[in-house]
Amino acid sequence: MNYSKPRFKEKYGNFINGKFVAPEDGEYFENHSPIDNKVLAKYPRSKESDVKKAIAAANNAKDAWGKTSAGERASILMKIADVIEENLNEFAQMETADNGKAIRETVNADVPLAVDHFRYFASVIRAEEGSATELNENTVSLIIREPLGVVAQIIPWNFPLLMLAWKVAPALASGNCIVLKPAEQTPASATFLAEKIADLLPPGVFNVIHGFGPEAGKPLASSGNVDKVAFTGETTTGQLIMQYASKNLNPVTMELGGKSPNIFFNSIMDEDDDFLDKCIEGAVLFAFNQGEVCTAPSRLLIQEDIYDAFIEKVIARTKAIKMGDPFDMSTMMGAQASNDQFEKILSYIDIGKEEGAEVLAGGAAQKLEGDLSNGFYVQPTILKGHNKMRVFQEEIFGPVVAVCTFKDEAEAIEIANDTLYGLGAGVWTRDAHQLYQIPRAIKAGRVWVNCYHDYPAHAPFGGYKKSGFGRENHLMMLNHYRQTKNMLISYDKKKLGFF
Amino acid sequence: MEFSRVAITKEAAEVVEKLKQQHGEVIFHQSGGCCDGSSPMLLPKEDFYIDDNDIYLGEVSKVPFYMSHDQFEYWKHTHITVALTDGRGASFSLEIPLGKRFIIKSRLLNEEEIAYLKENE
Repeated sequence: MNYSKPRFKEKYGNFINGKFVAPEDGEYFENHSPIDNKVLAKYPRSKESDVKKAIAAANNAKDAWGKTSAGERASILMKIADVIEENLNEFAQMETADNGKAIRETVNADVPLAVDHFRYFASVIRAEEGSATELNENTVSLIIREPLGVVAQIIPWNFPLLMLAWKVAPALASGNCIVLKPAEQTPASATFLAEKIADLLPPGVFNVIHGFGPEAGKPLASSGNVDKVAFTGETTTGQLIMQYASKNLNPVTMELGGKSPNIFFNSIMDEDDDFLDKCIEGAVLFAFNQGEVCTAPSRLLIQEDIYDAFIEKVIARTKAIKMGDPFDMSTMMGAQASNDQFEKILSYIDIGKEEGAEVLAGGAAQKLEGDLSNGFYVQPTILKGHNKMRVFQEEIFGPVVAVCTFKDEAEAIEIANDTLYGLGAGVWTRDAHQLYQIPRAIKAGRVWVNCYHDYPAHAPFGGYKKSGFGRENHLMMLNHYRQTKNMLISYDKKKLGFF
Repeated sequence: MEFSRVAITKEAAEVVEKLKQQHGEVIFHQSGGCCDGSSPMLLPKEDFYIDDNDIYLGEVSKVPFYMSHDQFEYWKHTHITVALTDGRGASFSLEIPLGKRFIIKSRLLNEEEIAYLKENE
């Protein structure tokens, strides 16, 4: 199949109460594709009044939706999954046009994983049971889960559809209504999804508001009429959202990124086999999704006695990364999501060089021909240095890996944990002791062992330290979107005897 | 000669002035983490709670610039300049509706600057 930029309408509305509506003051913003910096479509530049309308619609819908049976909700989630799957190529093309990532990723990862998340949460709510405990012969404690009501969800631009699925699927499954704000760089797939599923959900259950953080994000996050705020983004906005939530005593979950270590022990080179090949790919996964992944393995730690031999293979594999038209199935790395992102990545490469890091591969913007010359492309870059350098400590959110060596297990753990963040980590070894002990010593919420960048719906994902709190994926997510109702029932006819 | 840890470009300063007229007193807070992280955020002063966990780096365009203490530990050997680029951002920073984004340009502090800052901070 040949993939290309899909056709967009000239402009889109907010999706409120089951319908697309224009922003109240009639203001829109242009959404550009990072592939060639051309305008894709216009989206509403919503303000507080639009946000309030969406929150009101969700509040009107919450009682009826909260009372639907798990069976009904599961059936709807299954249908949503089917709709996404039936339109897989259109969603993939839209995601590539909007975000700039290579089509081979959207076709094989972003969209199929989003489908699977809806199916997973549709399935688990059918198999769930509450608890009933006889506390004594006359008292039974029932634990029943109730939806929170209305949840505000603010999602990022790096996996627009998949991050939507991570948040929307469990919130709907547990019986909540949603006001979702996609990132202003990537409004396309949330809008396309709303178009496709408008008839599947009762009006008001799922609402999409577009606009800028200070104008639309802030009134959503600070509203006293939502019952929870779920956010993926960076630390300063994370703190702000927690402050707003504190005024309403609302629960929040925060996914705020990381600086994940990817640790390669010397046993990986004991054989020249498929596993070594997998390890090389595992190190090069820093370039997956142009490095715009919260868990990007952006610190590469290699045991010093295999460093020369292993890094040579990693450099060769990195230099073989094919850049080009993101709609070409053979392109491995596409465009960075925006100009400011592109500029930020280049400024980090500059400070890395100034701090004395050695450039082992890449180190500059990538010039492409034709229309693509206006897009935002950065070469996959390997910087050799030490863990105190800023390129080892800050999330660049680009295809830049910082590599250093370690002597032994103790030093590997020390370097791995010398970071403000704790979202992901990778451990690669043929040693059965290391593959258990090292992950336990790393302070991070997800440690991949002999693999990386796998995101099954059934595995919990989330951070330690400044990477945030709360989890995504896994059935435990349901309780992040529910209250615990305890009914304490007495069968005793006799009074207590106090009064 | 006096030195500081933080500076601002002329283009960025003009945008700060414009936003001050619109929003009143503002502050910069340097963010970390994913997406729009590692970028400076310009926020209304009364919006963002600053305490001992933050460190004051100096003033640009009469706007105080803060960073969390633990983050500063990894930044303290560098001089930073608030610059401006076209872009959309994805945070609550006030310049985003203008289609502009503040970004940080960094360089190493030289010995003279380090000595001065050691003496005066």
